[in-house]
Amino acid sequence: MNTPAIWAIYKFEMMRAWRTLGQSLASPVISTCLYFIVFGSAIGSRITEVDGISYGAFIVPGLIMFSILTQSISNAAFGIYFPRFTGTIYEVLSAPISPLEITLGYVGAAASKSMILGLVILATAHLFVPIEIKHPLIMLLFLALTCLTFAMLGFIIGIWADGFEKLQIIPLLVITPLAFLGGTFYSISMLPPFWQTMTLFNPVVYLISGFRWSFYEIADVNVGLSLLMITLFLGLAMGVIWWIFKTGYRLKT
Amino acid sequence: MQDIINIEDVNKTYKGGFQALKNIDLTIKKGEIFALLGPNGAGKTTLISTICGIVNPSSGSIRVNGFDIERDYRQTRSLIGLVPQELTTDAFESVFNTVSFSRGLFGKPANAAYIEQVLKSLSLWDKKDEPIMNLSGGMKRRVLIAKALSHEPEILFLDEPTAGVDVELRKDMWGLVHHLRQEGTTIILTTHYIEEAEQMADRVGVISQGEIILVEEKDELMAKMGQKQLVIHLAEPLEAIPYTFDEFDLSLEEDGANLVYSYDARGNRTGITRLLKRLSEHNITFKDLDTKQSSLEEIFVELVKQPS
Ligand SMILES: Nc1ncnc2c1ncn2[C@@H]1O[C@H](COP(=O)(O)OP(=O)(O)O)[C@@H](O)[C@H]1O
Ligand SMILES: [Mg+2]
Repeated sequence: MNTPAIWAIYKFEMMRAWRTLGQSLASPVISTCLYFIVFGSAIGSRITEVDGISYGAFIVPGLIMFSILTQSISNAAFGIYFPRFTGTIYEVLSAPISPLEITLGYVGAAASKSMILGLVILATAHLFVPIEIKHPLIMLLFLALTCLTFAMLGFIIGIWADGFEKLQIIPLLVITPLAFLGGTFYSISMLPPFWQTMTLFNPVVYLISGFRWSFYEIADVNVGLSLLMITLFLGLAMGVIWWIFKTGYRLKT
Repeated sequence: MQDIINIEDVNKTYKGGFQALKNIDLTIKKGEIFALLGPNGAGKTTLISTICGIVNPSSGSIRVNGFDIERDYRQTRSLIGLVPQELTTDAFESVFNTVSFSRGLFGKPANAAYIEQVLKSLSLWDKKDEPIMNLSGGMKRRVLIAKALSHEPEILFLDEPTAGVDVELRKDMWGLVHHLRQEGTTIILTTHYIEEAEQMADRVGVISQGEIILVEEKDELMAKMGQKQLVIHLAEPLEAIPYTFDEFDLSLEEDGANLVYSYDARGNRTGITRLLKRLSEHNITFKDLDTKQSSLEEIFVELVKQPS
């Protein structure tokens, strides 16, 4: 194992975030606050409770999920795309480092950053509403697995993309709608039966539901199923990355 | 000398179907300076990138220090430092950090003292905290060299190290290359400047259209391939060369003031004695004589013009 190399990439990526702290932390936090104010107070004044939880507190897990999904993806995608774009990737490709180690470095850093972001948003939300976390360890597990999986997805996008606009397409056109429709702002049980069934095809539902369960023990789907699904996504992402490196897809000519 | 790189029958066909390397066989010896000479598009960068693991060969095998570059890539890549042709650097990182990053990437534990030494040897020390984007092109080139040297490689690839570089840096670079060789580093450089190969290399390989067309000790190459010219400065200019000199390869230059005799320095009989005798028979007197050896450049142009 080339540990110094993993560490070098990890540190490089963390430093990049540190330099652009405003972008990497402040803007997701601010937009979460805005969601919180707009949805929490505007809708919260109509819907006072969902499943016995105040509306403001109810949306916190979904908001955190929403942020870390998009941030994990865009962070990891940018992290690997940028060296490809500038050409500095030559150095990583010529270094004595395995595909697994490259992935650990880039994905590990992107996942750590969004994990930190998730916790910062949680702390911010705590200023607005009282929040209790019934299963802190499971909460952290969900957070970690989600950050990791979606950082991998971002890593794949960063390798696939051949232009900056493509980096944005998936977070914008896929993840954002799925997160909005995945129960960030409402409980699935509030939907008509047909849409309840349709919603089960939305992978984000399982993430938000399981994550919310770790806070309040309320869930749209069984928490075991949520855990199973996120593990499945993780396995899928790892498989695709393994294939990319096996074939040298888009990294080597 | 021991071999350090063995390239056997390597081919590379790019995705579009263009064959950039054709049946390359090449051996690099430990501790030598090898210049890979060839015009633009000959395949120099492709060959280097293949050895370094950036480009996948379509077929053939490459061994570095006895290790296969695909199966034992950790061993082979640890030995190699690469200075790429393009100025591809990070922008926001500081010089010191980017060089430390390279060292880590190659699996070496941090060593600030060593990095300091490398930066000082490249006159980069006073720029160590500067973001790379603030540096000039020449300075960026130095940073790339520092990055390549950061993990103390035994083999250094310099891909067109002096292309677009000012005279001062070029001199520094030559100095550095000689210094590294004294320490035992094997150096492979590509160039299309003959001057560079002539000044620096122990051996020269010529690549053209994806094929290695010649590999030779530089001195031997010069001696063997070198056409020599004897310039005879005449006392009185000649209007034409008398037909009785037809057996000699002669020409007149400087309005007939110089008689130039081209001969092959390889031959036992250069014909010089016979020519001088013949001149005195015809009462053609001369003031001075000198000889010129053709440069590597002329040899090179000759080779690339008519690939063997
Ligand atoms: N990624 C690539 N895809 C297709 N063709 C390429 C690629 N890289 C280089 N080539 C072609 O291969 C040939 C050799 O290129 P290169 O190795 O860069 O030559 P040199 O370094 O000697 O100038 C050129 O004709 C170039 O256009
Ligand atoms: Mg080149």
